[in-house]
Amino acid sequence: MSDIIDTRQEFTQDFDHDAHHDVQPDRGIVRWLLTTNHKDIGTLYLWFSFLMLLIGGSLALVIRTELFEPGLQFIEPAFFNQMTTNHGLIMVFGAIMPAFVGLANWLLPMMVGAPDMALPRMNNLSFWILPFAFGLLISTLFMEGGGPNFGWTFYAPLSTTYAPDTVTYFILSIHMMGASSIMGSINIIATILNMRAPGMTLMKMPLFVWTWLITAYLLLAVMPVLAGLVTMMLFDIHFGTSFFNAAGGGDPVMFQHIFWFFGHPEVYIMILPAFGIVSQIIPTFARKPLFGYDSMVYATASIAFLSFTVWAHHMFTVGMPLAGQLFFMYATLLIAVPTGVKVFNWVSTMWRGAMTFETPMLFSIAFVVLFTIGGFSGLMLAIAPADYQYHDTYFVVAHFHYVLVPGALFSIIAAVYYWLPKWCGRMYDESLGKLHFWLSFIGVNVTFFPQHFSGLAGMPRRIPDYALQFADFNMVSSIGAFVFGFSQLLFLYVVIKTIKSGEPATGRVWEGAHGLEWTLPSPAPYHTFTHPPRVVDAEAHS
Amino acid sequence: MLFSSLYLRHRKSRGVEPAQFHESTAIEIAWTIIPTIILIAMAWPASQALIEMYDTGGEDMTVEVRGYQWKWQYKYLDADYNQTFAFFSNLATPADEIHNRSVKGEYYLLEVDNPLRIPANRKVRFLITSEDVIHAWWVPDFGIKRDAVPGMLNELWTIVSQPGIYRGQCTELCGKDHGFMPIVVEVLPEADYDAWYSEQLRQAQARKEALSKTFTADELMVEGEQVYNTFCAACHLPNGKGVPPVFPALDGSPIATGNRDEHIRLVYEGVPGTAMQAFGNQLDAVALAAVVHYERHAWDNDTDDVVQPRDVINLTAGEVQ
Repeated sequence: MSDIIDTRQEFTQDFDHDAHHDVQPDRGIVRWLLTTNHKDIGTLYLWFSFLMLLIGGSLALVIRTELFEPGLQFIEPAFFNQMTTNHGLIMVFGAIMPAFVGLANWLLPMMVGAPDMALPRMNNLSFWILPFAFGLLISTLFMEGGGPNFGWTFYAPLSTTYAPDTVTYFILSIHMMGASSIMGSINIIATILNMRAPGMTLMKMPLFVWTWLITAYLLLAVMPVLAGLVTMMLFDIHFGTSFFNAAGGGDPVMFQHIFWFFGHPEVYIMILPAFGIVSQIIPTFARKPLFGYDSMVYATASIAFLSFTVWAHHMFTVGMPLAGQLFFMYATLLIAVPTGVKVFNWVSTMWRGAMTFETPMLFSIAFVVLFTIGGFSGLMLAIAPADYQYHDTYFVVAHFHYVLVPGALFSIIAAVYYWLPKWCGRMYDESLGKLHFWLSFIGVNVTFFPQHFSGLAGMPRRIPDYALQFADFNMVSSIGAFVFGFSQLLFLYVVIKTIKSGEPATGRVWEGAHGLEWTLPSPAPYHTFTHPPRVVDAEAHS
Repeated sequence: MLFSSLYLRHRKSRGVEPAQFHESTAIEIAWTIIPTIILIAMAWPASQALIEMYDTGGEDMTVEVRGYQWKWQYKYLDADYNQTFAFFSNLATPADEIHNRSVKGEYYLLEVDNPLRIPANRKVRFLITSEDVIHAWWVPDFGIKRDAVPGMLNELWTIVSQPGIYRGQCTELCGKDHGFMPIVVEVLPEADYDAWYSEQLRQAQARKEALSKTFTADELMVEGEQVYNTFCAACHLPNGKGVPPVFPALDGSPIATGNRDEHIRLVYEGVPGTAMQAFGNQLDAVALAAVVHYERHAWDNDTDDVVQPRDVINLTAGEVQ
């Protein structure tokens, strides 16, 4: 056994050379506007995404307030549609994706032993586009005629011929988000492929690095598709083309094919980095190496590849040939195999470990369990003839919220608790962290589990009012949403308290932590690894 | 068992030493192969079901289902796919119930003025399409759902053995009143259905004969108000105030108080590129004349003209039914 311990990655590094490079940051607002430092930009991304989480969450609470009881109490249907649309857009493009990019900025250079991201100025630009993109999007809510109201999937012709005038601003803001994502992913690929420290071979990279490398390629492949799609919309609306108008020889269904060719890989863009985070945290608190590192890498790559072949499972009811239905059903079922491998690997990592249950571990275990529930409901949706019953009902809402909230979002929260001591040099309050976990865990399940039942009972999604038989489930769901929503304010409090007055953290922070970032002092100096560390070439994952 | 072994026995606080195994090719292969076999076992019956659902041939009758913002139209087609008669199916729940001013009924939001009627024990084929945006037609008890896509025709079929009332809803976001366009299907015993069908044919004939009639202003106001509340009030609101700028006010509008023929033409042709539909496709000349007459005399509007069905027919060169 002991020689296996020795074969784990061991890293040493030399601080002497770094000392005279330790330039301190500018002061005040200029630091944040002009910064090219990966840690500063990571911080900007994380705070920005938290702000978006609160805004998107507020819209969700408006929705849940209206749905608390049958009847229209607070808002009109036209405004309700703006709430669902902007909730989706803000959460997907403003909260989840930038949070992962923020984590990538903070962690990737430290994990591969690089001094910074490969393209620091572009890094600054890709962040600073975002506030303008979302400022523009959110401002449409206050314009005459209202903001986007056609769902985050913005199907034509509801989003073209029948859209409010503000759709043009929506198109521009999507273009800006896309440009930001493309620049971010180029930066990540360049950093990972070119700036690893000597000895950090691909198959020794931490899984968070691996999953982000694959995610960055997905982004690079599909964001231009989204840009093309919104450009086609722009031409249909303003320049007299008929891409999506059957009366002019176009095809509204083509919109959906293009959208989901972007949209399905997008789903994995939001979950693969989460897989990486959980694969870092679970071994730390099980004090046992990750089970099946190689198969984790291969499973991630398989999922990414398959994600390009399953898009039309979002369109089973649109009317397509039998052969198409069968192909997309089989391809979708196939994704369950590598996903299953990952879940089995996480469970096996914990098996016979020496476990402790700090907050990041609690969020990670909840991720494994609740993501698996989302995976199983996904399997139910994959069966095309059964999907006819589930399609566009609350069952789908429950499914994708299970993979995105206790999936993607929990992994981000876990990551913040796990690396926050490294970032700010102080420990968070463990009791408050655990309280935050249990409130979130209960809140999320009370919110979304009943939605499975209202969906199976026949409640369509995106409706502002509903028949009486759905009343009880909706009331429970709304109560859960308020618990979950407000417990994120506790998260904000915990993070601020940590930064201001937490106990000092050690360099290693966690007893079982391994990886280059833990060889640095806490807080990590402004510049790190200005000279590459020596990565001890152990057979880490043979 | 799994959880207790994982989380209770193997707590660090119990002093356990972590095992250090981290790989097993055999077990990796096993948990790749076994789920694959389970998935194939799931895919097999699913494929069989799908093949049967796609067999839309051999139907006894065909109904065209057409989605509109925000109502359904049912067109009964004969063996040559010509329309015999058609009607709209609108939400019947009163606005007072929706706005909590009166007690909600048992079928709140799941009730319509004219349900689709089909016979029991016959294979009914549905041709599904849309006039404007994408809708989706779903009756959960029939296990069928299909998108209504403008410019495309989708097929579905069902055979219902149990007469009764079946309810569903639009399931594709289609704009403001997406939540307010339910589907109600009344399945009649075969003999009852045949009797109802003959009566509908007779009424369609009678309606055609009314086109040449001259109506009094009062008759037009009564008919017009009914048409307005069914077809126009969702956007322009019952009080004619609309929701500007998307849905303009009619009360005091230059069109509803201006030239009569331009008003008829606008309702008949719609306004391309906006939510204003071409009602020439949806209403006959009697209904068009009545609703235009109503809009010109309701609220504070008070023009001195009368609109007759023949005015509509003359203006549109006889295209209107």
